[in-house]
Amino acid sequence: MVEAIALAHGWEMQHDSNVVVIGQDVGANGGVFRATAGLQERFGKDRVQDTPLAEATIAGMSVGMATHGLKPVAEIQFMGFIYPALDQIVNHMSRMRNRTRGRLSCPVVIRTPHGGGIHAPEHHSESTETMLCHIPGIRVVCPSSPARAYGLLLASIRDPDPVMFLEPVRLYRAVRQEVSDDGRALPLDVCFTLREGSDVTLVTWGAMTVETLRAVAELDKRGISAEVIDLATLSPIDIETILESVAKTGRLVIVHEAARNVGVGAEIAALVAEHGLYDLQAPVRRVTGYDTVVPLFKLEHDYMPGVQRIIDAVELTFAD
Amino acid sequence: MKTVAEFKIQYRQILSPGGELVAPLPAFASDHAEVLRMYRAMTLVRVFDTKSVNLQRTGQLGTYPSSLGHEAAHVGIGAAMRPEDILAPVYREIGTQLWRGVTMAEILTYWGGDESGNDFAVPRQDFAWCVPIATQTLHAAGAAMAFKVRNEPRCALAYIGDGGTSEGAFYEALNLAGARALPVVFVIVNNGWAISVPVAAQTAAQTLAQKAIAAGIPGVQVDGNDVFAVREVVGEALENARRGAGPALIEALTYRLSDHTTADDASRYRCAQEVKDAWQLEPLLRLREYLSRARVWDADQERAWLEECALKVDAAVAEYAARPKPSTDAMFDHLFASLPGHLHEQRLTARKYGAKSSGH
Repeated sequence: MVEAIALAHGWEMQHDSNVVVIGQDVGANGGVFRATAGLQERFGKDRVQDTPLAEATIAGMSVGMATHGLKPVAEIQFMGFIYPALDQIVNHMSRMRNRTRGRLSCPVVIRTPHGGGIHAPEHHSESTETMLCHIPGIRVVCPSSPARAYGLLLASIRDPDPVMFLEPVRLYRAVRQEVSDDGRALPLDVCFTLREGSDVTLVTWGAMTVETLRAVAELDKRGISAEVIDLATLSPIDIETILESVAKTGRLVIVHEAARNVGVGAEIAALVAEHGLYDLQAPVRRVTGYDTVVPLFKLEHDYMPGVQRIIDAVELTFAD
Repeated sequence: MKTVAEFKIQYRQILSPGGELVAPLPAFASDHAEVLRMYRAMTLVRVFDTKSVNLQRTGQLGTYPSSLGHEAAHVGIGAAMRPEDILAPVYREIGTQLWRGVTMAEILTYWGGDESGNDFAVPRQDFAWCVPIATQTLHAAGAAMAFKVRNEPRCALAYIGDGGTSEGAFYEALNLAGARALPVVFVIVNNGWAISVPVAAQTAAQTLAQKAIAAGIPGVQVDGNDVFAVREVVGEALENARRGAGPALIEALTYRLSDHTTADDASRYRCAQEVKDAWQLEPLLRLREYLSRARVWDADQERAWLEECALKVDAAVAEYAARPKPSTDAMFDHLFASLPGHLHEQRLTARKYGAKSSGH
């Protein structure tokens, strides 16, 4: 997947001279995950810039660049380090268009690794998308395959508004897929139905799509036909696709790696309760990380939802 | 126009790269036993560090940040501090931590993915490793504020890297410490590289020590490969802070001889000649040279000590390896002083699936 991300950067930089890449170690080093590998050689140091080690600088500078003709694609090295940037994201990036009544806008993409599962050090395994989804005026996107990473990143760069682009680290190298480098974007603001089914709807995103698809293969053997929806754009939520699916299956299980408390899953459950309650044949179930600090790697696989927890949650919806 | 203020930054070196004295010997260094203690500590750090990198390479440790080349800075600072002072480390300063009583097994436990490595038996009041860059400088300032308010004659010492000086939190800490004359010493270990970004790309400033000037506090540069100079400069700053004269900023010039961490490959962005040159200045070389000239250390003693280091490190690795995987309860047990209700339920869920999850 990480190669697909580099490809999307390359395509868009080739075709839009206003696209610039900034971040820590994105230049000669090509990013700590190699997501910007080769870009500085190809496009030069003006368009691919290593910033000083300062996340507020990266986000604040992106605001200035974006309001004045450039399209910054900025990398925050790990999601756990995004917090100094939040002041700029919350108070400026997300509000620029609104508070100037459209006079200025912020077409920025902030990419950041998302989630755990790769034995990384402390503060390198967080999935705090819910914080970002709570900010009005920005989109939050999370791809779950190389092809979707490519197409959604292109769409994010082309979007006239700020996009937070969360890249599941567990998929960077684990998932391989041929991606045609044809510059074709995928749509934002819509879910992707990865698998059709008739008995239960599973909604998930990021690295958890892989776990969910594994669980669903097992459920098949038990005669349960599951529909799997990759949320992809976490904010705004494409609730219509989910409601249509729930109308068909009558059951909903939401799977996310992030902690449960006030998670994106809670918003989906609330929307389904508001608009699709009478389609439900069983209570909505959530399978999530625990409401604890993400543990260091000795316990990280105990923290993250696994196949068995997903299967059990689905079976519970049939027991109710 | 008239000049309203002028500043200068001084550089301190006592031991040249060749092991010769280029400045008067500090009082502590007149005691050979004390110098040998520092030398042995620096050697042990290097043996342990090399072993840690190997453990990572063989899948027995997580990502690990080597401290290769930083031994003089780290041990010199450890030796300059008093036990009652507190340390706010970044994540590389094992030389200081070992001097202060943190064990090698604890260090391995943390980098082996288990938070219990942060639960130092000694020193109980030091901060744990700090991965979010520069945030620890404010913690040190806060601890110093506590010492000041409670009228305790103690100091805080915060480390930061050269890259970290680009973060806002660093300037905020300097500013606060200066404005309140806090008993805190900030040490920038300038090893030349913030992962792939060289200092010249972080700042146009001629020195990092001069970052002190805007905060109104003293700033000084020291040869960070010279354990005598580091200990003396940091010791003076700590004593000044302890007697109420306020904070200081020290820039220790050294070189990151290793990759940033075991997850990094510095050959992608750093030329081999630069690293080769830096090896000529490394800290063990000059101190060993100094000690052998003083006829208090010879090749036999060196060999015997290295063997002893290897035994100590092996014992620590064995202790680390014998620690069982933490139970899933460990995620919950230290989250609050008393666990809120809904987490009891989650703790049970984690137990249920934790037991099953090995290998999923």
